[in-house]
Amino acid sequence: MSLTSNATLETFQERIDQGEYIEPKDVFPDEYRKHLIRQMSQHAHSEVIGMQPEGNWITRAPSLRAKQILLAKIQDEGGHGLYLYSAAETLGISRSEMINQLQTGKAKYSSIFNYPTLNWADIGAIGWLVDGAAIVNQVSLQRTSYGPYSRAMVRICKEESFHQRQGYEIMTKMMRGTNEQQKMAQDAMNRWWWPSLMMFGPHDSNSPNSGNAFKWKIKRESNDVLRQKFIDKTIPQALLIGLTIPDKDYKLNEKTGHYEIGKINWEEFNNVINGNGPCNKQRINHHIKYHNEGAWVREAALAYSKKQK
Amino acid sequence: MSTNNNQLEVWEVFIQSKSGLPHIHVGSVHASDIKMAMQNARDIYTRRGEGTSIWVVPTLSISASNPLDNEMLFDPSNDKIYRMPTFYVMPEGAQNI
Ligand SMILES: [Fe+2]
Ligand SMILES: [Fe+2]
Repeated sequence: MSLTSNATLETFQERIDQGEYIEPKDVFPDEYRKHLIRQMSQHAHSEVIGMQPEGNWITRAPSLRAKQILLAKIQDEGGHGLYLYSAAETLGISRSEMINQLQTGKAKYSSIFNYPTLNWADIGAIGWLVDGAAIVNQVSLQRTSYGPYSRAMVRICKEESFHQRQGYEIMTKMMRGTNEQQKMAQDAMNRWWWPSLMMFGPHDSNSPNSGNAFKWKIKRESNDVLRQKFIDKTIPQALLIGLTIPDKDYKLNEKTGHYEIGKINWEEFNNVINGNGPCNKQRINHHIKYHNEGAWVREAALAYSKKQK
Repeated sequence: MSTNNNQLEVWEVFIQSKSGLPHIHVGSVHASDIKMAMQNARDIYTRRGEGTSIWVVPTLSISASNPLDNEMLFDPSNDKIYRMPTFYVMPEGAQNI
């Protein structure tokens, strides 16, 4: 419900400050709604588009066990997309509107999914690094102020930890394998490390959308804080299995106990976000193709339900 | 809306996690009829044995109270505190009551 008077705006902010959750029928500023729709639909689209790079390896998984795991993981991601669409719909936007925004490029999705999956180790790197980065962000969002979003995040976080573990298991196995397997794992690490760090978004000093997001507790921790958490968790995991960090400047700061990293290439980040990544067109075309090819199923289902009435 | 983009009706999903516990709202699904709504709810919300029972209800069949009416709806219970056991004064030494 949108809100007009200053008095109600104050009450809204008071409720937020007291740590109350906001529910769909509550009164809140239109900007709060807009911000949530943008963030939640982008999040949902990322889950759905993220199925494509991994789907690329289902038919070529190296064992039945690996194939079953990958299928279950990708099915979860589809489910995550649906939880989030469902939560976003409580704000009064329809599913078809969101899909339309995705397909026309009006809504974005995480730019990490515009990179190709070139070898089997990429599936390991995605689970370990990409899901690992997503988890750090999602754990923080469990306390986001909008009730339906928060509940979707709790559900998603419960399912995510197997995603990261299966990825790290693949990387570990390959690092214990032949020379060639080790090279593949390191190659995947080299290509996915930096894009994973970019998943957290621009540096705090350069983050245009965060003012209200913090005031309204949509976002609970800053991009740089979350990125640092990920770095500190992940570097020791990489070193443990013998992977090299593809960053000649990274070091452990003994005083702070935190790892420091080299400069992130934001030019690449912006390039990929603006549509010039290796797979941007392919991802959207694939989505449109299968959405349209599924149209007859929706039509048939509707026709059948009309006949039953 | 073209049928090409039709996303079917929205249904709310409630799951009971264990027998004896209440059904709790978990989210929604899109479906053209009850059977599909049930199947989708099962696929989307109970992939890890989260439930022993599922309810699906067309979203349009649910009426929710308006938070702006909260005073009118819930205040009367606040000034009838004699509904609470703590309202009553028990004699000193009374036990098990
Ligand atoms: Fe996910
Ligand atoms: Fe995941």
